[in-house]
Amino acid sequence: MNWPAAQNEAIKHLAMKQFSIFIKKEFTHVLRDRKTLLILFGMPVVQILIFGFALTNEVKNARIAILDQANDPASHQLITKIAASKYFETEQAVMNRRQMEDAFKRGSIRLAVIFPANFNNELLHQHNAGIQVIADASDPNNATTLTSYVTAIIQDYLAALNKTGQTPYRISPEIRMLYNPQLKGASNFVPGVMALVLMLVCVMMTAVSIVKEKETGTMEILLVSSFKPLLVIASKAVPYLMLSLVNVASILLLSVFVLDLPVNGNVFLLFAESTLFIITCLTLGIFISVKTSSQQVAMLISLMGMLLPTILFSGFMFPIENMPVALQLISNIIPAKWYYIIVKAIMIKGSGFNAIWKETLILSGITVFLLIVSLKSFKIRLS
Amino acid sequence: MMEAVVVKDLSKVYDKDKTAVDAVSFSVEQGEIFGLIGPDGAGKTSIFRMLTTLLLPDGGSATVDGFDVVKDYKQIRSRVGYMPGKFSLYQDLTVEENLNFFAVIFNTTVQENYHLIKDIYMQLEPFKTRRAGKLSGGMKQKLALCCALIHKPSVLFLDEPTTGVDPVSRKEFWEMLKKLKAQNISIVVSTPYMDEANLCDHIALIQSGKILSVDSPANIVRSYPEDLYAIKAENMRSLLKALHQYNEVLDSYAFGEYAHVAFKDKHPDLSKIRTYLEQQGVNGTDLKKTEVTIEDSFIKLLKN
Repeated sequence: MNWPAAQNEAIKHLAMKQFSIFIKKEFTHVLRDRKTLLILFGMPVVQILIFGFALTNEVKNARIAILDQANDPASHQLITKIAASKYFETEQAVMNRRQMEDAFKRGSIRLAVIFPANFNNELLHQHNAGIQVIADASDPNNATTLTSYVTAIIQDYLAALNKTGQTPYRISPEIRMLYNPQLKGASNFVPGVMALVLMLVCVMMTAVSIVKEKETGTMEILLVSSFKPLLVIASKAVPYLMLSLVNVASILLLSVFVLDLPVNGNVFLLFAESTLFIITCLTLGIFISVKTSSQQVAMLISLMGMLLPTILFSGFMFPIENMPVALQLISNIIPAKWYYIIVKAIMIKGSGFNAIWKETLILSGITVFLLIVSLKSFKIRLS
Repeated sequence: MMEAVVVKDLSKVYDKDKTAVDAVSFSVEQGEIFGLIGPDGAGKTSIFRMLTTLLLPDGGSATVDGFDVVKDYKQIRSRVGYMPGKFSLYQDLTVEENLNFFAVIFNTTVQENYHLIKDIYMQLEPFKTRRAGKLSGGMKQKLALCCALIHKPSVLFLDEPTTGVDPVSRKEFWEMLKKLKAQNISIVVSTPYMDEANLCDHIALIQSGKILSVDSPANIVRSYPEDLYAIKAENMRSLLKALHQYNEVLDSYAFGEYAHVAFKDKHPDLSKIRTYLEQQGVNGTDLKKTEVTIEDSFIKLLKN
């Protein structure tokens, strides 16, 4: 007779049964609560769409004026190129500088391109031609973006020109918009939104759902049962892990099919790294739930303590390189920063694991640390 | 026979100086209904939470089913049933889902112990697909009781199960407790309602964390030292004022629509008192001897 083994089997079987009914219960909670459902699945879609179409620093259909004092083949070719761009809407009516200034003042144009007389001659014979680009810098971001679009188009034109001629007309400078030749805004924010959404869903939802059990008193009953307290935590984490992976998938689908931003790297690697980050967020949520006792407090801490640092320090909105050293150091403990770097590397640069193993290691370290801290502070009693 | 619950000098102090439970001692026999009777804030919930291993005591000791509440918390947790003070089931799950969930969590099935909850569950059956949050107060309590009973606990802890429940449901609830007692389940129940005290086998009267008296309800009533009289008047306030000023009166207080009075004299002259009250202008008095209730004993104990 092998009693202990049989008993162990029975206990394991029971734990699995309890575990699965608990997970089923969690899913029922989520699926029956319309508000949670809306936040859970609506938020990623809304965020992607808002960032993608409204809040992007990409400028579309900006009205510009072109003052062609040259009126020669080179200027015509360039004007056709600029007019063909979807970023610009060319206003041909402007005839002289005075009219152009008026148009700027009225705000009817954002940018003007002025070709000097003899543009073609200078380009062909001196191999260097001047061109004036004037932007309305009352909105500096907009102005920078627009001028860089124009520069990009000019570079493009020069590159094509240089290909045919034997002597280069001009040494092309290094291309500024590496990985993002069309300055697609999406490439920057999709990884950012992924970090943001996962942070929100995992941290807040997990924290709130555990604290809710405390607040409504069901935790008391669960504790006074043969159910292991740690299983409560684990059964809370599993459903949100699954739901978050659904979110990752929906964000990626939106970015590929709606925003035309392909995943250049390995999708499986991206999902594996996302799973790691989700686990980091879940442990954070569990930690918050252990330390708080009301849903409001848990939500506030999740929002203020987690979301704000994510936005500030992940490098998604504000470049970390420009921050004071102290803040740069702080940014190192923000998990979202590392995830953001990883996703950018996989999605946009198409890098493999060998390029991101360091970031992955740091993120794993943070996760293990958080897991130990929250398990240590988890209480098997009420206080 | 081993006692179901033994509590010895149990204490709980919050925030270093707020004593919620002050060296409380009592014991609960197997298969009896034991009532903790006292007003809100008396420390009943703290006692329950210490006995169900949810809180650590700051002093004294307690055993449930022979297991220590601190050392053997795991054993206690798997064998007791606990119904917290406020409704603590999942409001967004249906009656059936709640019951099934707790059955599995408590390592059993609904079928296995159906006989225990049958009487109660039959009333819930028509609403089994309704969400728990949409049930009436009495129905909620019945469901909570089912969930606490589903694993056939040896000791059942019910923290104010009838608070906020209509009188009819309250009565039904106590009927159920009697049936459970017949199944040899020990029940510890707390209530702020004095009339429910009589339904317990033993009660502990508790106030400000201290136990004033532990005995059977009959003994507590019997040990009331004086005869008690009830007086009714149109104007309760002037009646109480008049009684208060009368030097033959030992004690007087409002009790429902009557005033309860105890006299210094063992055989007071009732006609003399009637005349006195008439002189004081208190009309319509209806003076008669009355039965002592638990509430009278409680008031008496509080004043000492």
